[in-house]
Amino acid sequence: MPKRVWVVGAGAIGSLIAGHLAQLSEVGVLVRRQEHADALNANGLRISGKSQLHAQVLAAVEPAQLPAPDLVIIATKAAQVAEASRLLASQAKDATVMTVQNGLGAETLVTSEGDWPVISGVTFMSGTRHGDTHVEYELDTPTWIGPYAAAPAERAMVTAVAELFVESGLRAEAFDDLLPVQWSKLIFNATVNTVSALTELPHVGLFARRGEVSDLGHLVHDLVEEGRRVAESAGVELHDDPWEMNALAVSRGETDEGDYAHVPSMLTDVRAHQHTEVDFISGSIVREAARCGVEAPLHAAMYRMVKAREASWNGPEDWRV
Amino acid sequence: MSDSIRICIVGCGAVGSLFAANLAGLDDVEVLAYDVNQEHVDAINANGLRLSGAGEAVGLLSATTDAGSLPQCDFGLVTTKALHTASAMQATAHAFADGAVATVQNGIGNEEIIAEYVARVIRGTTFPAGKIIEPGHVQWDVKGGTILGPFEPKPAQYADVEWLADAFTRAGMPTNAVADARGPQWRKVIFNAATNPVGALTGLTHGRVCEDPPLRQFVSGLVDEGKAVAAAQEIQLDADPEDLIDHAAKPEVAYEHKASMLQDVEAKRQTEVDFLNGGITRVGERLGVATPLNAAVWSLIRGVERSWRQDGPGASNMNETDGG
Repeated sequence: MPKRVWVVGAGAIGSLIAGHLAQLSEVGVLVRRQEHADALNANGLRISGKSQLHAQVLAAVEPAQLPAPDLVIIATKAAQVAEASRLLASQAKDATVMTVQNGLGAETLVTSEGDWPVISGVTFMSGTRHGDTHVEYELDTPTWIGPYAAAPAERAMVTAVAELFVESGLRAEAFDDLLPVQWSKLIFNATVNTVSALTELPHVGLFARRGEVSDLGHLVHDLVEEGRRVAESAGVELHDDPWEMNALAVSRGETDEGDYAHVPSMLTDVRAHQHTEVDFISGSIVREAARCGVEAPLHAAMYRMVKAREASWNGPEDWRV
Repeated sequence: MSDSIRICIVGCGAVGSLFAANLAGLDDVEVLAYDVNQEHVDAINANGLRLSGAGEAVGLLSATTDAGSLPQCDFGLVTTKALHTASAMQATAHAFADGAVATVQNGIGNEEIIAEYVARVIRGTTFPAGKIIEPGHVQWDVKGGTILGPFEPKPAQYADVEWLADAFTRAGMPTNAVADARGPQWRKVIFNAATNPVGALTGLTHGRVCEDPPLRQFVSGLVDEGKAVAAAQEIQLDADPEDLIDHAAKPEVAYEHKASMLQDVEAKRQTEVDFLNGGITRVGERLGVATPLNAAVWSLIRGVERSWRQDGPGASNMNETDGG
């Protein structure tokens, strides 16, 4: 089992992983802000909700301040994976690197920066940060991992990481081929996150309702089916039905506070006028569709509209003026 | 003037006001206006209805919020938002027992609703635009033509359609009477359905939507579905909606224009999407023409409207209203 683990990025997912794994491993956390690192070093990391933990972690903004790791889990946004990987070049060159980003393509960003063995990860858990040192564990759904085909980690390492997750209180499972899982999640995110971002609705029951012709469930279902056709043409058979994942997600999700509707990260980004991860999510489906020569007009439309929404926060291009 | 023709504007918003104020200048027409906005009605009765901008006029006319007080009229002209057609007709239909009622509203389905209340209906489409800038005062932004024709299932006499078109034209609102007004109507519906929801969902002005090539391609996808639904009804479009879209994108025309649906969404007002993309989708479904893109934006805009009823991020009791 990896003794020393770095977690890069301490958003909700990174914090949940770091706090749990610190129960069994020595965990270093790399963050961007010095005050974030200082707060973690002074106060530790508190987890509430589905787990009640208080973890000691060693946090830093520079890799040189942390002892060399066996495993690095990159838990930044997809857009920061390349930059995060460059940080690992000297201090973590002998580690195994694991990604947990939404969408496809994070592994490629890692391997273009170094020749680490890579574990692909897909996580379904969710949480809410209540500050730099407190995260609430909301959905205790599993994290699925497997060797990345183009730079595979050893099978024993993948199994050991899954065991570390499980024994530290998270849910996890190891797979030989993660693509069917990744594509299931990809299609789920490309559908639910974009619909949420454009309507500004959290993931509510309307996403699974198909009574009236104008009910959102029809669009969600059509996006899922279009995504499935792209996956099939890419030679991937889905592990889970994203429509069922959608229906399940809106039918449960109770926390101790009662009824609950998840706010997808893309909606959080839209509300904050921040760049979304749509290039890695819908963009991946549209690019795969083009590569395989199949049509994906609905995903293309959702992709363009979210990109346009991002553009609307800025003025027109300079060349027009 | 015992032989003057009485015309009642039903819904005296921006477009209704353009017709009302201009028609009030004709000697052979008596203009009435019905609207639910008391301040606007009071201002019209006190000072007349003033237009400024692309054309200047002050129309003297009688306005009311009390539909029951309306006398018998020869013509009605419905200019409410499409989602208020039924309630407006329910209130005013008694005044048109012997009259003909025309509509120049946006979208598909207004004539059918009006025909549930009155016997003689005129289909219409109008292109001028404006906005109310204060009670009793409308800014006339864009001039444009109007097309009128009988609504075939419950048609007005063609002579009456021609008389009304002539009156509009004499009043300064150039109008053509045609036997089949569906072509221009569908051109405008397709234009609105392809541009309004994209502006509303992205927050971009019309010009910025058009200069994003993949987004402009999506707009064309919406247009193509609308054209297919029009063709399945054997409607001949009077011109290509694509030309209207490109024309409007020019800096000197409507580059900076925020689609009315975007204005509605920003103000959290219910939109006309049910009559635009919803209308295209419903007719397409009846005729076996697939309209997946129009159906998609219809449900997205409905979702946007729904989001205003949430209390905020992760609002509680969401599943109570959305589940099942």
